[in-house]
Amino acid sequence: MTITRRLLLAAALAGSTALAAAPAHAETQLSFYYPVAVGGPVTKIVDGMVADFEKANPGIKVKAVYAGSYQDTIAKTLTALKGGDSPQVAVLLSTDMFTLIDEDAVIPYDDLVKGDEGKKWFSSFYPGFMQNSQASGKTWGIPFQRSTVVLYWNKEAFKEAGLDPEKAPQTWDEMRDFAKKLTKRDASGNVTQWGIEIPSGGAFPYWLFQGLTTENGAILMNQDGTQVAFDKPAVVEALQYWVDLGHKDKVAPSGLVEWGTTPKDFFEKKTAMMWTTTGNLTNVRDHAKFPFGVAMLPAKVRRGTPTGGGNLYIFKKSTPEQQAAALKFVHFMTSPEQAARWSMATGYIAVSPAAFETPALKEYVTKFPPAAVARDQLPYAVAEFSTHDNQRVTKVFNDNLQAALLGTKTPAQAMKDAQAEADRILKSYK
Amino acid sequence: MRRPAHEEERAGKSVRLARLLPRRTSVEAWLLLLPSVVLLATFAHVPIVATLIDSFYSTPRRNRPSHFVGLDNYQDMIADPIFWKALTNNLIYALGTIPASIAIALAMALFVNSRLPGRALLRMAYFTPTVLPMIAVANIWLFFYTPGYGLLDQIAALFGGHTTNWLGSQQTALGAIMVVTVWKEAGFFMIFYLAALQQIPPDLREAAAIEGASRFAFFRRVTWPLLMPVTLFILVNAVINAFRTIDHIFMMTGGGPDNATNVLLFHIYEVGFKFWDQGAATALTIVLLAILGLLALAQFVIAGRKVHYQ
Repeated sequence: MTITRRLLLAAALAGSTALAAAPAHAETQLSFYYPVAVGGPVTKIVDGMVADFEKANPGIKVKAVYAGSYQDTIAKTLTALKGGDSPQVAVLLSTDMFTLIDEDAVIPYDDLVKGDEGKKWFSSFYPGFMQNSQASGKTWGIPFQRSTVVLYWNKEAFKEAGLDPEKAPQTWDEMRDFAKKLTKRDASGNVTQWGIEIPSGGAFPYWLFQGLTTENGAILMNQDGTQVAFDKPAVVEALQYWVDLGHKDKVAPSGLVEWGTTPKDFFEKKTAMMWTTTGNLTNVRDHAKFPFGVAMLPAKVRRGTPTGGGNLYIFKKSTPEQQAAALKFVHFMTSPEQAARWSMATGYIAVSPAAFETPALKEYVTKFPPAAVARDQLPYAVAEFSTHDNQRVTKVFNDNLQAALLGTKTPAQAMKDAQAEADRILKSYK
Repeated sequence: MRRPAHEEERAGKSVRLARLLPRRTSVEAWLLLLPSVVLLATFAHVPIVATLIDSFYSTPRRNRPSHFVGLDNYQDMIADPIFWKALTNNLIYALGTIPASIAIALAMALFVNSRLPGRALLRMAYFTPTVLPMIAVANIWLFFYTPGYGLLDQIAALFGGHTTNWLGSQQTALGAIMVVTVWKEAGFFMIFYLAALQQIPPDLREAAAIEGASRFAFFRRVTWPLLMPVTLFILVNAVINAFRTIDHIFMMTGGGPDNATNVLLFHIYEVGFKFWDQGAATALTIVLLAILGLLALAQFVIAGRKVHYQ
């Protein structure tokens, strides 16, 4: 549907430029793959931004292709690449950087924007987002839809439980105590409202877990992406806390909590607090029928969250004209005005301080303060977990996290297994 | 292919004929076979051989091009616990879904083959799951299984039951997936049984009735043997499907939780198209091919003996 609409739009635009008697010069075609990982009419928003870009840049046509989840999108991109039909631009996880470098798929932005101009551009983004965008002295991705994990809470439920509705839990202990008070059971002992949900199903358990490990003072991998630290006591302790929420304290579901249905559980008051991406902010604002708050994640030894989300990459298999056009497109999509627009439409953090200075976003933040929480959390943020052969290492990590959460392995055993397997995979990159 | 060999046997008796005839007929035979041979070779045989060769080479990486590694890929595979998990899951999946869907298909076919009011409607109802694409089926069942909101939990709630995370628990996830498969496959197989049942001449039933055979005896001695060719056909298809159909696993569990619903083909997909480990993926593919080949062979040899073709 999107494609047809794109085509129609493209045809209409082509028609209007022809009417404007523009000389028939060669058009540069770009194909642009992007995923959707949050709720809301994301494809419509992207189509709108692309249409505005085309209007501002006659002679460049962008075919925006919605390619599924992040995992689907990189699979499709790499398959297309090997089949010789690569997109020129794509939004992929910032953590896919090492994979894309290893596959020799992307060009560093330093090759396209040279010298001081490039340096100035790269430093215009929040440094927290650039950590996952740079490796071996080069910049491979430009931050686009970036996020951190934040805690959402239902103020109504807090009031009912006798808690201060304006105060979110500040520490792990507090979060557990609040969750105990918030967990409601019916006469036969079935839970009607959980205290807290931290999603553990799907592709993101490692990401939410990284919130816990960071707060407990652990760093999961080295800068080069060749070494992981899963079996450290601080990591096991963090996992124990997560497992206990479901199995011992019984304030969270004891099985897996799906990433996709967690916001719905929150809207339907099946959970009073949830951890999820700030990218869901607009979705929550539009659907929650009760006052809610957004807070930084609670602290253990420190505050902490991973950054997350997607970067814009430019691919090697493209003509110089396409690369120039792609660069223009990336510039446009991450410009302060567009970043502000994208942030307001989705909840992703606008990627540069300049975007927060635009009148539109300034006004939005004044009216809707939760929009600034994730930004204010950025100083505590660490780079999202990413290594060479990232998908495989992440799967090993996820599998073992799930095994611990389901109670088939102890946290210590699960992290030991994950460490051994990751060491085996990463052996050849050292 | 078989014909020339056949002719040659006979040729032992008449040497002169053998020199002239086989050559001509074999040329004709080869010409007749050529289109399908070309198609099969291009899309099946050549890729299989290429896969086999690739499985002895390492995965090319940026700084290290592909090189010959012998059986390393296979050794890595045997050392990989996920491979064994996927293989075990796949066997459980096959053993669970195949007999169940065949039995249900047969029961449904016998039921709608009898004189019933509104049996056309009933046949259609049974067949509907087959018409739906697997992706749609997976979505329907996702709705059934979703903890809290799903149909199953809503029914359970009526009776005061608690929520069950069917797809999120290692004990139930594979079973939940298998139920979907049986639901989808049974209607398809029913059609074949129904067609076969209608081929059985009515005079057999009349003769049996005159002899005073019970309905069970008639089924066991007459109907079931006559259904054997169809059963073999269904069995071959069911076995292939058990290793081939994974669309619903993509939609519903993604192989999780912790590989509880990971099966061979899904594992191949992940290794090949998520981890881009060509060497490991080709080795796995060869194993899957070998398993399927052996199963098909066994079915034809063992079951083929018992099958009576009219």
